[in-house]
This record gives sequence, C-alpha cells and structure tokens, in this order.
Amino acid sequence: MTRYTRLSGLEPLVLTPDLNFINVGERTNVTGSARFRTLIKEDRYEEAVEVARQQVENGAQIIDVNMDEGLIDSEKAMVRFLNLIASEPDIARVPVMVDSSKWEVIEAGLRCLQGKGVVNSISLKEGEEQFLAHARTIMQYGAAAVVMAFDETGQADTRERKIEICTRAHNLLTDKLGFPSEDIIFDPNIFAIATGIEEHDNYAVDFIEATRELRRRFPESHVSGGVSNVSFSFRGNNHVREAIHSVFLYHAIAAGMDMGIVNAGALAIYDDLDADLRERVEDVVLNRRADATERLLEIAERFKAKKGEVKVENLAWREKPVAERLSHALVHGIDAYVTEDTEEARVAASRPLDVIEGPLMAGMNVVGDLFGAGKMFLPQVVKSARVMKKAVAHLIPYIEEEKRRTGDAGKNNGTIIMATVKGDVHDIGKNIVGVVLRCNNFEVIDLGVMVPTQKILEEARAHGAQMIGLSGLITPSLEEMSQVAKEMQRQGLELPLLIGGATTSRAHTALKIEPHYQAPTVWVKDASRAVGVAQSLLSKELVDEFMTKIRAEYAEVRERHKNRGSGKRLVSLAHARGQRWQGDWNAYTPPKPRKKGLTVFDNYDLAELRRYIDWTPFFNAWELAGRFPAILNDDIVGTQATELYRDAQAMLDTLIAEKWLTARGVIGFWKASGVGDDIEVYGDDGKVRTTLHQLRQQVDKPAERPDFCLSDFVAPKDTGVEDWVGGFAVTAGLGIEAHVKRFEDAHDDYSSIMLKALADRLAEAFAERMHERVRRQYWGYDADETLDNNALIAEKYRGIRPAPGYPACPDHTEKATLFQLLDATANTGIELTEGFAMYPASAVSGWYFSHPDSQYFVVGRLTREQVADYARRKDWSLEQAERWLAPNLDYDPD
Amino acid sequence: MSDHQLPWLRPERANTLLAALDQRILIMDGGMGTMLQGHKLDETGYRGKRFADGYDSQHHQHGADCGCELKGNNDLLSLSQPDIITDIHRAYLQAGADLVETNTFNATRISQSDYQLQHLVYELNREGAQLARAACAAEEAKDAAKPRFAIGVLGPTSRTASISPDVNDPGFRNVSFSELVDNYTEAAAGLLDGGADLLMVETVFDTLNAKAALFAINQLFGERGARLPVMISGTITDRSGRTLSGQTAEAFYVSLAHVRPMSIGLNCALGAEELRPHIQALSDIADCRISTHPNAGLPNAFGEYDETPEQMGHTIEGFARDGLLNMVGGCCGTTPGHIEAIAGAVKHHAPRKAPGAISEAA
Repeated sequence: MTRYTRLSGLEPLVLTPDLNFINVGERTNVTGSARFRTLIKEDRYEEAVEVARQQVENGAQIIDVNMDEGLIDSEKAMVRFLNLIASEPDIARVPVMVDSSKWEVIEAGLRCLQGKGVVNSISLKEGEEQFLAHARTIMQYGAAAVVMAFDETGQADTRERKIEICTRAHNLLTDKLGFPSEDIIFDPNIFAIATGIEEHDNYAVDFIEATRELRRRFPESHVSGGVSNVSFSFRGNNHVREAIHSVFLYHAIAAGMDMGIVNAGALAIYDDLDADLRERVEDVVLNRRADATERLLEIAERFKAKKGEVKVENLAWREKPVAERLSHALVHGIDAYVTEDTEEARVAASRPLDVIEGPLMAGMNVVGDLFGAGKMFLPQVVKSARVMKKAVAHLIPYIEEEKRRTGDAGKNNGTIIMATVKGDVHDIGKNIVGVVLRCNNFEVIDLGVMVPTQKILEEARAHGAQMIGLSGLITPSLEEMSQVAKEMQRQGLELPLLIGGATTSRAHTALKIEPHYQAPTVWVKDASRAVGVAQSLLSKELVDEFMTKIRAEYAEVRERHKNRGSGKRLVSLAHARGQRWQGDWNAYTPPKPRKKGLTVFDNYDLAELRRYIDWTPFFNAWELAGRFPAILNDDIVGTQATELYRDAQAMLDTLIAEKWLTARGVIGFWKASGVGDDIEVYGDDGKVRTTLHQLRQQVDKPAERPDFCLSDFVAPKDTGVEDWVGGFAVTAGLGIEAHVKRFEDAHDDYSSIMLKALADRLAEAFAERMHERVRRQYWGYDADETLDNNALIAEKYRGIRPAPGYPACPDHTEKATLFQLLDATANTGIELTEGFAMYPASAVSGWYFSHPDSQYFVVGRLTREQVADYARRKDWSLEQAERWLAPNLDYDPD
Repeated sequence: MSDHQLPWLRPERANTLLAALDQRILIMDGGMGTMLQGHKLDETGYRGKRFADGYDSQHHQHGADCGCELKGNNDLLSLSQPDIITDIHRAYLQAGADLVETNTFNATRISQSDYQLQHLVYELNREGAQLARAACAAEEAKDAAKPRFAIGVLGPTSRTASISPDVNDPGFRNVSFSELVDNYTEAAAGLLDGGADLLMVETVFDTLNAKAALFAINQLFGERGARLPVMISGTITDRSGRTLSGQTAEAFYVSLAHVRPMSIGLNCALGAEELRPHIQALSDIADCRISTHPNAGLPNAFGEYDETPEQMGHTIEGFARDGLLNMVGGCCGTTPGHIEAIAGAVKHHAPRKAPGAISEAA
C-alpha cells in the first residue's frame, strides 16, 4: 500500500498523485520578498498577515514562513507571525512550512503549530549526529521535513552528488529512526543558470535528472525546490524570469518534482509564452546549445520593454456600449477583452454584483437560450463559460469586499455538489455538466474524482447545497452510487440526487438507486438535460409535478423489470456450455508469437498515433451526434463540428510538438489453454501461472449459433494443441495533470475538456496501432495485413482485443490479473483504483486472441447458477460476485 | 530508537489489553462528574478530613473570605473522599466497563492553580491512578477471566495554546507549548507511578495542547525506557464539525498520527448521533483503533443531559454494526445504566478492523 504524505492546518492536505504539484507560497519569506521584510522590520504585522492571505487565495497549498534576517529577532518574529495567522481560519486551513537556517527558530515555530507542518530544512551539513538529532525532534513534534542535498563537504551541484546525498539522508532517516519515507521532501538545490559561467549551464538539467532518479528510488518521498533561484541572473526582467520558471517547472514536474516554493500568483503559462522566447528559454534550461545564454540575452531586452504595449485590433463590436460588448464576448466566446470590459462595467455599476446579475447574466441567458434551442452547441457553451469565468474571477475580490461591508451575499439559482464517486477517475462528462450548470447561474462545487461518500455528504452540508450530482463511468461505480444513496438515506439527507455518467441508465437508477433514497433521485441523460432537471427540482411550482412523473416512470421500469423474462428466457449453464463455439482444432495450428515475453514501449510517438484516431466518439463526447467525417458537413451541427475539429487539430499539433503527453505501453504473450470457461496461462516452466476467468452467454439461440465465451477461442487443454493469448495496456495520458491544471487555473474549461477528450482518443488510437503491430509483427500471424483506418475502425482484422470490464468479459477485477501478467503499473505508469478503473483515465487494456474466427460478443445477462459457478472459480463469496457483476445479473440478489 | 519502539512498561497488561481489543469492542466507563453530583457534596464534603482547615498552612490558609473554595475541585476527592471515587469506579466496572478513567481530568498545575493547589498535582495523579487500579484489581479478583484496565486521564487544562484569549490581540497566548509540556510531564509521571495501565489525552479542544501532552508523555517514556499504550480523544465542539481550535476530525488525526497512538477518537460536547459522521471520518482514515465516549445527547434547556440508556445504546449499536468501533463509553450525563446498555448493545458486534497496518500501532 502506498503511504501518502498527510499534512494539516485546520484541514488535512493529503499529497495524493492527483494533486500533481503542490504550490508552496513564498511571499511570507523575508529573504525572498523585500516587501514582507519591510513589513516585519517595521512591525506592520497586520499587513504581513494579508500577504499570507493573498498567498492562500492565489492557490498556495502550503505557506513557507521565513524570518531569517540579521536585523530581526527571528525567533520572536516567527512565533508572533505564526500565532497571528493561527487566528485567521482562511489562512490557517493550510499547513505551514517553518523555514529557517537556525534550529532554535524552527523549534520555536513547531511549538506554535497545532497541525502537521513541514520543516525547511535539515541536512547532513553538520554531520550525521546532528542531522539525526534534528530529525528525531521533528518526529516528536509531528512534522514532515525538507532534506537539502547538502553534506559535510558542501552543497550538491551535479546529478550524481544530489542523488548520492539524498539517498544517504533518506536511508539514515528511515533505517535509524523509522522516519516515514512519505514525510521526506528532498530539496536537491536549484541553482542559477545562464550566469555566463560554463559550469552553471547544466544546473537545471542536473536538478531535473536527479529528481527523476530520486522519485524512482523513493516514490513515497517528494521533491521540492526554490524555483526563483533558477532565474536569478535575469533579476530586473520579470517577464523573462517568469518564462524561465514556467519552462523549468514544466520539465521538472514531468520528471517528478511535485512541490515547489513559488509565487503562486505569478506563474506564466507555458503555453502562452511567446514561441521564440520559449524556445530560447528551453535551450537555456535544458542546456541544449552552447550559445543558449547569448541567444536568450539577445531577445531578453525586447520582452522587458514589451510591458504596456497595446494591441490595436479594432473590431466593429468594440464600438458598442459595454453591456453589448459583454454579451457579444459571451456569445462568441471571445475572452481577449473581457477583463477590461468587466472592469468598465464594474466602475459604472453601483455594486459589483450588479455586473454579474445584469449584463453578464443577460449574456449568459442568450447563450442558454441558444443552447436550449439547439442553435449553439456544447463546445461553444464551454467557450462562453470560459469568458464568464474570467469576468467573474475579476469581480470576486470586489464582491468579497462588498460582502464584508454589507453582509449581502447575492443570489444564485442553487448550489450543487458534484463528484465522481470513489474508485472512479473519469470526469469529462461531469465537468461538462458543471460548466453548463454554472452558465445557468448555479453554484457548482466540484469535488473532483474518487470522492468518498462521507466527503460528498460533508461538503453538501458545509455548503448548504440544494442538490448532489454523482458521476461515474466504469460499472463498479454503479454499485458505489447505490451505496451513496443508502448512506444519504441513513444520515437523513433530503437533498435531490442527480445521477449521470456513461454506464448509468434510467433502468439502473430506477432499480438500484432510487428505491434506497426517499428524496428525489433523477437520472440525467446528458449535459443538455442537466439544467432542466436542476431547475425543475428547485422550483416550488414545478417540483411536485416533475417528481410525480419521474417516480411514475421509475415505478414502471421496476414493474417491467419484475415481469421481464417471459419473452427472453436464459438457458441453463449446462445448456449454454453444450452450445459452445467449437473450433476445428485438428485442422488448425495456432500461430506462435514471434516475440516472446513482454515488450515495453516508452514514450511512443504521438504523431504516429494521431493517424489512428477514431474521431466519431470524440464528437459524441461533445454531444455532437453523427459519424465522422460526414458530421463535418452535417446540416445542423456541421459548422460547429468543423470548428471543434479545427480546434482539436490545433491542440493536437501543439501537444505533439511540445510533448504535453507521454504515451507508454506494454504487450506480452503467454502459452495458454482453454479449460472449461477458464483460460489457463502457463509460465516458461510449463506450470500454470494464473487463470483467466471468463463468462459465457446464456442466450436462448438456435442450435447452429453458439453461446460464446472467450475461452472458446483458445485451444482446449485436452486437444494437446499449443496455443497462446496476449495482453496489452497502453496510456496516452501521462503528464496530463499539469496541463489540465494550467487550463483550469486560467478558467479555461474548453481547453481542459478538449485535452482530456484528445488524450482519450490518443489512448484508443494507441490500442488500435498496437493491435495492428501485434498482428503484423509481434505475434505476426498477419504479416501482410494492409488495412486503412476505416477498415481498422470497422474491425475488419483477424483476431480480437476485448477489455476486462466490457461486454465480452464484463468483470473489471480481471484487470488485476492482466496487470500482474504485464507488470503494467511498473512498465507503463498506469495504476488501478480500488474500483479497477485505470489512472490516468486515458488508458486502454485488454486481451489478444488470434483465432481467425474469434469475434466480439456481448455476454449479457447471467443466471444465479453461472454467477455462483463464477464465484466458486474466482474463490469469491456469492455476494462478492453479485457485487462485481451487478450490471449483468438476471435476478435480484436481495 | 524512536519512542514507539520502546518496550512496554507493563508488558503483560499491555499485551492482554491489545489481545482483548482484537477480540471485541471494549467498554469504557461513563461520566465522573454526573456521579459526583449525586453525592451533593458541600465545601466540608470536598475538604474531607485532610483538608478540613483548608490546604495547607505552609502555602495558603483557606478561610471564609479567601475566595478559593475547594468545592467543585472534583480531582481533590481522590485525596479527601477516596471511598466515593472507589465506589464510582466499582459501579462502572460492575456495569460492564473493561476500562475505568482516573479522576484526574483537572489534575494539572494550570487547573489546580485555580484552587492554589498546584503543589498537589503529582499526588493527585498518583492517587487517582492507584484508586482506579485498585478498583480494577478488586473486580479481577472476582472474575479473573475479565481483565480490567485503569486509563490515566490527562485533560485539556483550562487554557489553549493556539487561541488568543484577548480579542484585541489575536497573536497573544496565555500559555505556551513549553509550559504545557511541563504541566503534562508532572501529571503523567504521577499516573505512571500510580499504576495506570494506559494513558489517555482526552477532551482535546486545541490540538496544540494535545501535541504538548503527547510530547511530554513520549519524553517521559524515553526517560523511563518503557512506555504505555496511549489513547487520544478529541472534542468536536459543535455542529460546525470542528474542534474549538478549528480543525476537522481528519486534520485532528493527521496532526497527531505521528505518535502512533493505540487509539484515536472523540468524546464530549455532542451526543452519539451528532458524533457519528466525525467518527466515520476518523474510521475511514485512521490506521489505529477508534474510541468514542459521547455525552448522553445534547444538553436540554436546563443544561442537563437526558438521553436514556436505551436511546444511547440503540445509537451506539448502529456504530458497532457498521464496524466503526474498538472502544466505547460515555462522557457527560452518562451513568452505569448507560454503560450497561452500551455494553449490551455492542456485545454481539465485531470490533473495527483498521485499514492500515494495525500491528505497527500500539
């Protein structure tokens, strides 16, 4: 079990991988901020506290506090400041990093923290004895520790020294003291580059490469650093410095740096950097050419002067009154001028809130009406929402100020808590629904993915929510949603519950969720229905009629379910097995894979995968119906589809050129035999290595049409014929978090959703391309195959690649066996959640079967007899089997 | 060697306790104050024989006008009316409690200085532990199959290290971490010497106070070269779901998990029903065992607790049925009747299994 670092202020901060990068606020540091130093020196503590507040508001998840300055009584200042911020709930909610080179100051700081903070820093500088003594004290106070790459001979500057010192420190801490590995944060020293001194040129690369190795050796520990050091030689030119920080972080984060002391408010967006500047900065950071520094210096002045430059585009709509300009910007999704327009409107309005309730809402209503009327489509709405978000973000500080003065909180249509349930990581659909609801003036509190029940309920209470929305994509999430409903009932909640996500259905909601929860429970088919449902539920006039209709519908679904089966009876398991698919194993020799064992693909070329993309599901994700490429010329959605396709192509260009995503995969083949409905997989020693458990169709078919099971496609053991199965796991989603966060921080849901949708498509394309190479090359049974992409999409090839959790093998838990055989997590970085979803979400895995007659099929419904038989084979209880196969049961287990 | 690797001070008792915890949900006792109220003691009653003239001439002579009555100093009764305390322990043990808490909730220098009795702190704790231990031994003599344990209680003190008492100066503190460490070191030493089987830092309003208590305890263990199992129990002050110092239950656990306690839990301020979501939150994340000793419901309009033993037993059974508990008892307003009902209610339910490696914790 991976142990996550747990820190706390008033609230916990658990460093799970999905947080990606922890921003440690640096402005409350007298050595880094001249302003803060002045405030402390002049005893202006109230203003100093405001600096801390801004850090947290700007997204600092931890705040670093440093009072090391010759003219300040550091210990006294540390205690005073920590005691002051302890009284401010919106600051004290985050953990504190106590930063000092003096041990007394650190200890004094630790004595003020009720939460679990971080000590910055300890090192081997003064030898092992003192290092361990300090670490032991830290354990007694309960804190994590930053460990500097510094030893008796000095600070580490090369990759090798950084790794050597950090490794030694880690081993001392864990072996001698039992210091938790997860409470160790390495600081392998970020030094200034582009100083003109040749020895410094590789400093950033040394840091990045040391980081990569340290995270590999100690995956539970973390890597942090003071980012602003790296650009020190460009002080005075903030534009270039920010560009250097952004590029440095981009590469360091990809290598595993997951924490950094940064000015959370002033990080340039990698993507937004001027292309020329970015390239030259990248040359410097990555030490790619000898003249990198000179080349950056050449243009640095230009960027320094660029401040204040005004764009002189003059479009007709810019001449209109401000309210119309805002409306225009919203409807057309243009965000370039929205901040200045909003500011103009704010100055003219009597209250900042009037800008939202007036021109902005009016604009969004136009958008809502057009969307409702089918004249605007989801991608445009998401773009509009991006504009709205930016406008609101500009107004929020003023509104907060107003609220403080008058206590008036303003109104919205209602607050909705949204979450992807525990065990599931898929969130594209949920995010789209969130955007659409926000556009309609609902306050949406999005708790993210893998959210435990209790958290959902607590947040609902904490925010006084009017509604809860649950989302999920994989089948185990269905069961989880049912559990959430039961718990809501048990805790006496009365909020309406909305259910959505690809595997959810009206039938499942009616049968498995709604009966467990007395308050309104409604399945929402897609984003376009979300607003209607939410409004009906919250309207006193509409809710009764609406729910009467829904409840009648669900009751009817249940009634139909109860009476079903008279038409389509399932056959007994023995009958189905008697009607299995039979290969002519005497006349057929299964092909032997050409490549033995596992083959790992690191950093697979995205440009190659791009050609294999199946675009139709991409448009479906955006709720544009139709097949590609015909959809581009569709009478109704053609224009939108074309624009979306163009945006997608543009983003693909950039994400491939700039390597936003890393694709990794693994394939393997093993000797195997069919044994009943199972497949035995053998190791090199010929012994059974593992068993793949499969399920059989029990459909009442004419005698000549078989009831399939995947095991049918592998030569049965008793024939003595040698046969093989293969497996694969691929992802194209590694590294996506940094970019999603970047877009979300810029209030750009459109790009964030676009990126996720493209990563999904690339992962599918990867699976398609891999399968092709398997057929032609690695298994090699179809070396001469030449099919174009349309033929591939139409599955015209020989052999199949069914995925655990999907129709031919609906049990998700078999993915664990597949991952074990492939050592998939180590080889690709894909992890399985407790619900057997894959993370990153843009991942595909499955089995390979080579038989020419192997085909995709749907297992469909199962009798209790087969479920019990399956439970026996898997060494499960019947209840366990019923839980994992819940969507396939032909009976009610209760 | 770090603190949690030290050997047990009383290995046989610690191992018996841990083995019992693996078997079943253990029962703690109920409220001490509630039971004392029944005795309706007056000033003379509180003073007993030993303090009949006030305590004591070399420090301070209590008189009619000195303004420091001893009435209300419940902890002093361990010295002035030991039989009453023993009777209360016995009543809880006979109602089915596996563990009783020492009468030492306010036996710290800070709290006793309200009565000018700070010089008695060590003695109050040692005597408190001896009384509880003796009551346990008496019951064990009757039924050797049912081991009983004395929990040495360390209360919150009347001051908070992370909250300012002065609204005009949020940076001000009327107690420091170091003072608290000294306070708790003295109290814990008394509990250890008096024979406590385990220690509990309880009714934690301010996590920084608890950190100081645990810091003191671990230092003491280090000096003695041996340790006792440690329980931690926090207090969610009201329906906001936070401690007085502002932490959520999860943050509370995260802040104290470094001491690897035997158990973490919540007590006081709320009734069982209101505590449930917070116990659930702890149960979801804690590697160690879970305890709770709630009040008998929320106080009524007269500040009294009126949840009946049956009501409380029923609610607690829900906790046990859902696998949330390892130890359970009562706080304000609970009586031997409540403890008996709780013991009956959880009897047939298995103890919670921690998600992590429980064997590591102790």
